[in-house]
Amino acid sequence: MAEERKLRILVAKPGLDGHDRGAKVVARSLRDAGMEVIYTGLHQTPEMIVATAIQEDVDAVGLSIMSGAHNVLFPAVVKGLREQGADDVVVFGGGIIPDDDIPRLAEAGVSQVFTPGTPTGQIIEWVRQNVRPRG
Amino acid sequence: MSTEIVQKVLAGDVRATARLLRWIDDGRGEARRLLKVLYPRTGRARIIGITGNPGAGKSTLTDHLIRYFRSRDLRVAVVAIDPTSPFSGGAILGDRIRMQEHATDDGVFIRSFATRGHLGGLTSTTSDVVHALDAGGWQVILVETVGVGQDEVDVQRLAQTTVVVMAPGMGDEIQAIKAGVLEIADIFVVNKADREGADRTVRELQMMLDLEKVTQAELAHHGPVQSLLAAAEQRVSPAGWVPPVLKTTAVRGEGLDELCRALDDHHQVFLDACRDPQFVQARLRQQFLDVFRRTLVARGWSYLVHEDHLKQIVDRLQRGEADPYTLAEEAVKAVGGP
Ligand SMILES: Nc1nc2c(ncn2[C@@H]2O[C@H](COP(=O)(O)OP(=O)(O)O)[C@@H](O)[C@H]2O)c(=O)[nH]1
Ligand SMILES: [Mg+2]
Repeated sequence: MAEERKLRILVAKPGLDGHDRGAKVVARSLRDAGMEVIYTGLHQTPEMIVATAIQEDVDAVGLSIMSGAHNVLFPAVVKGLREQGADDVVVFGGGIIPDDDIPRLAEAGVSQVFTPGTPTGQIIEWVRQNVRPRG
Repeated sequence: MSTEIVQKVLAGDVRATARLLRWIDDGRGEARRLLKVLYPRTGRARIIGITGNPGAGKSTLTDHLIRYFRSRDLRVAVVAIDPTSPFSGGAILGDRIRMQEHATDDGVFIRSFATRGHLGGLTSTTSDVVHALDAGGWQVILVETVGVGQDEVDVQRLAQTTVVVMAPGMGDEIQAIKAGVLEIADIFVVNKADREGADRTVRELQMMLDLEKVTQAELAHHGPVQSLLAAAEQRVSPAGWVPPVLKTTAVRGEGLDELCRALDDHHQVFLDACRDPQFVQARLRQQFLDVFRRTLVARGWSYLVHEDHLKQIVDRLQRGEADPYTLAEEAVKAVGGP
């Protein structure tokens, strides 16, 4: 068969805030870079994100958090994926995240945090370097 | 490894199923092997196709249909297909936005796919995805597709019931005649009934359908004119069913009871038709031809890309050593295969 592997990325927007511009910009850039992006809209709980990541068999989950709840939401997604045996799914994210919090998130298993103003080209480059098609 | 994943898929394990679907989508050789093992367990699912133009409201309707079948305690899988961008090869798959309420329900499995445009849709694997889910005991499989390209037509043939969704003011009625949608629809839904022009769309559709009926009666009267191949290309659907035209306002859940009733009615008609061996044979013939065509194309393609075969052929063509007909015949002979 004609084999063709593509990166599949879930872009999710957890938390209560309604600012999805950043998430949409990232989703579009990833698509323009040839990736398949599953976009689920606003107000996703960590449970929804984990279930979606499993059903969609994504290679990475990109979270956009503007509400300040990143210290809770990021680790909850990582933990949920581990519990489901999907610990090889790369978790990265962006949003308004103070520099002081970044080491703690890294420790919790978040591979990369992009702060506001990061050029999308840089995000794509990082994904290309760090995410591989699973399976 | 293979038998382990088969066992898990058969047991409805979500992670294993998700992985198998990935292999199918990627065209991996393992997928075919596993599908052979799974095939005997297929044939139990109720497969419903939902097709129509982007923005017509298919995903919003699908969300309601999930709820309906869950209320009857059936396990529901959704296969949602969106187009791949022809420019980048990437895609944004956003159908889930309307269905996320079911994301954490164990009895619901939702999977998004991009069309990927495999050789113009000639090697689309959606029917394999449906078979895998069927074998895994997903009792209802809802397949959402956009438009009516070759791959969509294939999957809508596999569906037992196909719903064509339209919205007023999108010129959908005209589109419908052009795209041959009239033949594949078992149920028409004019969604966004809250918008102006819905009644007119319903009327125009109804008129076209009446016209179609006359033409079909005429054809039937003049006996079987079709070759076997032409018949195989046509959708096999139960005789005597008249596609209803329904109005819905999906965002408010209006008209959904009628849609669900029509789905159940058509399902019953389908089951009745399945008692006729000829009907079943016609469906199996189509399924086989679909797999056969995909196998041929995939085989041919892997021969062409292997060891520069394609380049060699084109070089000979360019040097004027042979004509494309001879070259194509030679290539087909060379493909052979186990
Ligand atoms: N006014 C109105 N809008 C609707 C209705 N059904 C769906 N929509 C909206 O139409 C848009 C597209 O719906 P969606 O279900 O994603 O369409 P799809 O592309 O066919 O899957 C969304 O913004 C929906 O909220 C309806 O009955 N009335
Ligand atoms: Mg949709």
